[in-house]
Amino acid sequence: MRIAEAWRVALDALRANRLRSVLTMLGVVIGVGAVVALVSIGTGTKQLIERQVEGLGSNLLVVVPGRVAAGSPPTVSPLTLDDLDTVNRVVGDPSRVAVTIASGETVRAGSQSAFASMQGVLETTPSVFVRKLDRGTYLTRTDVTTGRRVAVLGAGVAGSLFGDRDPIGRQVTIAGVRFRVIGTFEKLGQSLGVDRDSEVHIPVTAAQRLLGTDRIDGLAIRAPDRDTINQLGASVVAALQKAHPDTDFSAVTQEQILGVLGQILGVLTGVLAAIAGISLLVGGVGVSNIMLVSVRERTREIGLRKAVGARPRDIGVQFLLEAVLLTTIGGVLGMALGIGTALVVDRLSPVPAAITWWALALAFGVSAAVGIIFGVVPAQRAGRLDPVVALRTE
Amino acid sequence: MKFPEMSDAADAPGAPGDAIVAVDVTRIYELDGVSVPALRGVSLTVSPDDYVAIVGQSGSGKSTLMHLLGGLDRPTSGTLLIGGRDVAKLTPGEMARLRNETIGFVFQSFHLLPRTTARDNVALPLVYRGVGRRERRERASAMLERVGLAHRLDHRPNQMSGGEQQRVAIARALVTGPSVLLADEPTGNLDSTTGQSVLTLLESLNAEGVAVVLVTHDRDVAGRAHRQIVMRDGLIVSATDLVR
Ligand SMILES: Nc1ncnc2c1ncn2[C@@H]1O[C@H](COP(=O)(O)OP(=O)(O)O)[C@@H](O)[C@H]1O
Ligand SMILES: [Mg+2]
Repeated sequence: MRIAEAWRVALDALRANRLRSVLTMLGVVIGVGAVVALVSIGTGTKQLIERQVEGLGSNLLVVVPGRVAAGSPPTVSPLTLDDLDTVNRVVGDPSRVAVTIASGETVRAGSQSAFASMQGVLETTPSVFVRKLDRGTYLTRTDVTTGRRVAVLGAGVAGSLFGDRDPIGRQVTIAGVRFRVIGTFEKLGQSLGVDRDSEVHIPVTAAQRLLGTDRIDGLAIRAPDRDTINQLGASVVAALQKAHPDTDFSAVTQEQILGVLGQILGVLTGVLAAIAGISLLVGGVGVSNIMLVSVRERTREIGLRKAVGARPRDIGVQFLLEAVLLTTIGGVLGMALGIGTALVVDRLSPVPAAITWWALALAFGVSAAVGIIFGVVPAQRAGRLDPVVALRTE
Repeated sequence: MKFPEMSDAADAPGAPGDAIVAVDVTRIYELDGVSVPALRGVSLTVSPDDYVAIVGQSGSGKSTLMHLLGGLDRPTSGTLLIGGRDVAKLTPGEMARLRNETIGFVFQSFHLLPRTTARDNVALPLVYRGVGRRERRERASAMLERVGLAHRLDHRPNQMSGGEQQRVAIARALVTGPSVLLADEPTGNLDSTTGQSVLTLLESLNAEGVAVVLVTHDRDVAGRAHRQIVMRDGLIVSATDLVR
């Protein structure tokens, strides 16, 4: 029998039992839909995080006390501005080094208030991280050395305190202390779940006085090039270790952050997709079951076809194609469902989704494979049916 | 009509050119460990223009013999040649091909595909011969015309009378140009008038050179054949050549 003919026969058989075919497909539709939706959402989230980490600036090296490993307790920082001099000597270019001391504080202007992530920083911050100003100017060297009470507001903070008015030159109070606004940042949105528009930058020296401490939380370095970044990190860590023998330090590159986050997300997506895959498997068992019922119901038809010259192979192929058609049609519908779900989630929730061609190709391939795997047994049974017995069946 | 080369027929029984040769054929069914001997040693030769009528009580083994003659089943012992080929040496796939090329079946209960038109039912054997769709339809239409159903091409079985359905089945049996037509009680489900017209059709086909083997309960019908074979308990108890 010609293969085109076999497809037609299979399609006719499915059409003859429309409701049953649809219900059988449903298992595959849901399974494939779930896989496609979850993989799309996982991929979208991963891409978003990558973009955000890359958005921090290239060749970034973050130095923090303690070990960067899952489950390790946070370490109280022993770092002070003295350590900045040490690091500057190692790096050789102070404009590549930034520090931070952060604290959540309430910022007020008149009757308005906003909760902000206050960051005590150096004037070097814009050249280490990617931070663009919307209005005004950034902190200067003098602001830092004199501990001047000036502030640069994130777009979110500026918006909730001043609305559409220009905040430059106006007063705000941070933890009850008055600061003068000298600039605002461009809108950034979320990064790694943190609202970066709620940051307020003030000189590190002013922040230390406000918090009554001389510590800093950590340092960030923009390495001159990618090849020496790990080496530079090691040198910085060694220098700091020498100054603080009791504390471990870690230098983490952007790639490492990406790697760890990617791994976590990959595992998460994989686990979810595997769970969805199980439902696809259940759908496959349903197909197998219905095909066995179909073989039994159509015993007479099989006997007749054999009587007029169908070989065991012809009958087997016919039933296998029927199973494959069931699952591939189910697969295509499932893809549509998965894409639809991903788009809706993308639109209506902060979770992003990215539909990738390989996920679709995989879903289609898997559904066809499910058809073949779960169609083989019924098909073989049909092919081997004794024509005499089949014809005598009433 | 064409016959395959009979290379292994030199030492085989029967004359070259015989459509079907059965020698001392038995068929024993195994049913839950019990042996049911449906055929207990039957010899029969069907020559190319034969018209054989098989009669016998229900359960005497007529259908079992027909299935063997048509290559739907294999004998438990004995020799069976169809179109000169020893079925013992054929794979199931080769048997299917042999049925397709050499044999046409007509059953008591028609065995038409229910959701399929008369034309597509008739064309079915050609599907397994790899004939293209258009040629299939042409040949099926021609064959339906031949059995007097030119006006029923697109009718489904449930839109046709029993006699018409059996004619469709005969057209299907003939569409591949078989050398032997095997009809197992073809009039069993038909009233006598309709049955007569079906038999007349079979006789005219035989006159055109198709060998016909017919199972019937009707003595008059059997009397019109060239040969009458009586079966009892899995054996041929008499074989009578009749005057034409
Ligand atoms: N598949 C089978 N399994 C067991 N016994 C069978 C089978 N088919 C037929 N028989 C038995 O073989 C005998 C002959 O049956 P059959 O050839 O159908 O007779 P007929 O067609 O003359 O009525 C009967 O006794 C029947 O019960
Ligand atoms: Mg019978």
